[in-house]
Amino acid sequence: MNLDFSDEQKQLREQVRRFLSENCTSETVRTILEGPESYDRKLYQGLAELGVLGAAIPEEYGGVGLGHLELCVVAEELGRVLAPVPVSSSIYLVAEFLLLAGSEAQKQAWLPKLAAAEAVGAFAFAEGQGRVTPAKIKASVSGGKLSGVKSPVADGDVADVAVVAAKNEKGQVSLYLVDLSGKGVSRTTLDTLDPTRGQAALTFDGAAAELLGGEGDGWNIASQVMDRAAVLMAFEQVGGADRALEIARDYALERMAFGRPIGSFQGIKHMLADMYVSATLARSNCYYGAWALNSGAAEFPVAAATARVSATTAFQHCAKNNIQVHGGMGFTWAFDCHLYYRRSNALALALGSLSTWESLLIERMSAGNAETAA
Amino acid sequence: MDFEDTPQEAAFRAEVRAWIDANAPKHLLAELKNASFASNGVVSEDPVSAGKAWQKKKAEAGWACLHWPKEYGGGARTPIERVIWGQEEGLYAALTGAFTIGHGMCGPTVMTWAKEEQKRELLPPLASGETIWCQLFSEPASGSDLAGLRTRAVKADDGSGDWIINGQKIWTSGAQVSDWGLLITRTDPDVPKHKGLTMFFLDMRSPGVEVRPIKQANGQSSFNEVYFTDVRIPDAQRLGEVGQGWEVSLTTLMNERLSIGSGMSTGFPELFRFCMEMEIDGAPAVEDAGVRSKLAQFAVKQSGLKYTGMRAISALSKGETPGPENSIGKLVAGSAMQELSMFALDIQGQAGVIWNDDSPQKGRFQGMLMRSPATRIEGGSDEILRNIIGERVLGLPGDIRIDKDVPFKDIPTSGRKKK
Ligand SMILES: Cc1cc2nc3c(=O)[nH]c(=O)nc-3n(C[C@H](O)[C@H](O)[C@H](O)COP(=O)(O)OP(=O)(O)OC[C@H]3O[C@@H](n4cnc5c(N)ncnc54)[C@H](O)[C@@H]3O)c2cc1C
Repeated sequence: MNLDFSDEQKQLREQVRRFLSENCTSETVRTILEGPESYDRKLYQGLAELGVLGAAIPEEYGGVGLGHLELCVVAEELGRVLAPVPVSSSIYLVAEFLLLAGSEAQKQAWLPKLAAAEAVGAFAFAEGQGRVTPAKIKASVSGGKLSGVKSPVADGDVADVAVVAAKNEKGQVSLYLVDLSGKGVSRTTLDTLDPTRGQAALTFDGAAAELLGGEGDGWNIASQVMDRAAVLMAFEQVGGADRALEIARDYALERMAFGRPIGSFQGIKHMLADMYVSATLARSNCYYGAWALNSGAAEFPVAAATARVSATTAFQHCAKNNIQVHGGMGFTWAFDCHLYYRRSNALALALGSLSTWESLLIERMSAGNAETAA
Repeated sequence: MDFEDTPQEAAFRAEVRAWIDANAPKHLLAELKNASFASNGVVSEDPVSAGKAWQKKKAEAGWACLHWPKEYGGGARTPIERVIWGQEEGLYAALTGAFTIGHGMCGPTVMTWAKEEQKRELLPPLASGETIWCQLFSEPASGSDLAGLRTRAVKADDGSGDWIINGQKIWTSGAQVSDWGLLITRTDPDVPKHKGLTMFFLDMRSPGVEVRPIKQANGQSSFNEVYFTDVRIPDAQRLGEVGQGWEVSLTTLMNERLSIGSGMSTGFPELFRFCMEMEIDGAPAVEDAGVRSKLAQFAVKQSGLKYTGMRAISALSKGETPGPENSIGKLVAGSAMQELSMFALDIQGQAGVIWNDDSPQKGRFQGMLMRSPATRIEGGSDEILRNIIGERVLGLPGDIRIDKDVPFKDIPTSGRKKK
């Protein structure tokens, strides 16, 4: 038994952290927040050159062929600095869809481009308000042509290729690979909580769609891939939670009130202690998720939902209290607190809301046995 | 990263499992399974005798105090082997609750501070369950602020070198069945409070020691008041130097945090089972969206604690020392237990108020509701643990201590105002 990353994985962390400290500052994030671009292309390209986008993609498809543990390490670092790049859509989701269900030709066509940041992928699942269920999916494919509206689609405004969940002619949920530069695709950029990650509504009107995986297998594949993405995103969330705690701790040491640093007041000290507790529980659950993801353990679905619920809760908890610790300063545009607050709430809704994952976790535990988490 | 046993770990687990299967008091298992929360585990037998018997058997086969060196009656096992043992011992561990304080806190303190021949004399019988120890720290006017204690130790005036103890301790768990106690006293009231303390170990049958059980909020009586009237302790039973008592007590308190925090259950598996069985509007409670959301949050706390413990063990097995970050175990488990039991009763509706053998799981959640407040206080209150995390883990400034450099006798305490 060993619940820790290896020394090599820790070295990778250091390397990525160094790269990001130079290439992804608060200015980088703010440039995307306030400017017209929806992600930082140079940063994304740099990550590709560092080899980290392809960390879990086999070499034959243009990746580095390390594994998912390495990708978890990278995700945490990206989360710490709120990297404004489409990595979750492209790498955690679309690349994983291709690896899990893509044909050889589909893998060859897209994986090298995704790993090299030459193409961006997006997963088009939701269609408006509420939890996504098979019944809610109205998009449909007939004769290889896709019609319908998918919204919101993370990174849909910049993606080159999308994995789209739609119903086939028999009304079964299936997945389709759609080249977004083709005919019959239009996009509308959406205003959102977190402009550092683009979102769009994609309208398909007879767009060419290529089946990904088996007919009618869409729900099953999507749920497996979303579990993988959930673990990776949970690492981003833990990175964000940790960083928000650090920022709050530093401010509590520096800001004086009543002749003392505010961190010496128990109201603040205890709030920070609770932030530490939630971030620590989430980190431990993430390690469990990472192990299950990497080893393909039978408890993976439970582990994934556990990591997701815990990390979502922790990031929201730390990001909101980071503002509280900062007082009025925390509510200004000038401080970074709102960047973490935005991202924590946006990530909480990506891949399905917290309550959706809470429900999934308990469903899975009741299907298996409670002992997994005991 | 690997959750699976290595081949050596698997072999060890098989060995442990076989031994437990052949030796555990299986006739008590059903009773242990249904024991209500924080009860003594068994009622059909005297729980202390049943615990002593199991501990003795373990010791004879080398399974007692796996974290202690062999020469002191321990098992000299690795941290991971201890975890495996704990997993395999399972419910039988509840039998030996009376030894928790001795094995977890007093033993390690004696091991760090006593003379070699004392260790060889005191520790093996503690490991094998022949002796029970208690921790005589808290006083009516000094709990969280332990260094404010007032029990006095003064040198006997007969030249024997013995110490004469007068004062009172309180909340002493297990004092009524203990053979030995770890006792912290004040030897010098003229210096600041942390500097005038001295630690001893004490034969609980010494003349002048009186133990009075306290009836607790949950109706049980596991802790006591202990009074000292001219109790005589030989100087040889001093641990550390005169005036070094605070330092010695830190060994105990650190071990206490480790021993009671790690691997603590929040009661989640029981709640989960209950929600599978209990019905709300004709369907199992576990299918209700509100119930799921609550359950999920309890589940990730429980698993977060479990894997945090495993991370600590991974670090320990690489030679790193566990630090104050382990304070989170009890902090999280205590309040989780309290909220979880309130939630379990909420699902029971008006019937949740009934606490008898017909209540779900024989009243486990009612029992947990009534015991959990103590978990948030004993071994460092929630507030103190948050201070430790804030100050020692996150590096925040210490609380303002107005009594820091003041001689103890001039500090106002409860029941004694500043002149
Ligand atoms: C079940 C049980 C078993 C016990 N067993 C033993 C035992 O075997 N041996 C032993 O020696 N003791 C034992 N204790 C005593 C235990 O260690 C003390 O109860 C505990 O340290 C708290 O002290 P107190 O009860 O005097 O509360 P107080 O110290 O009076 O605290 C009252 C309240 O004030 C808060 N408070 C105090 N100081 C601070 C601060 N600096 N910042 C913020 N809040 C603060 C506390 O958190 C608490 O909420 C036991 C207690 C219980 C409940």
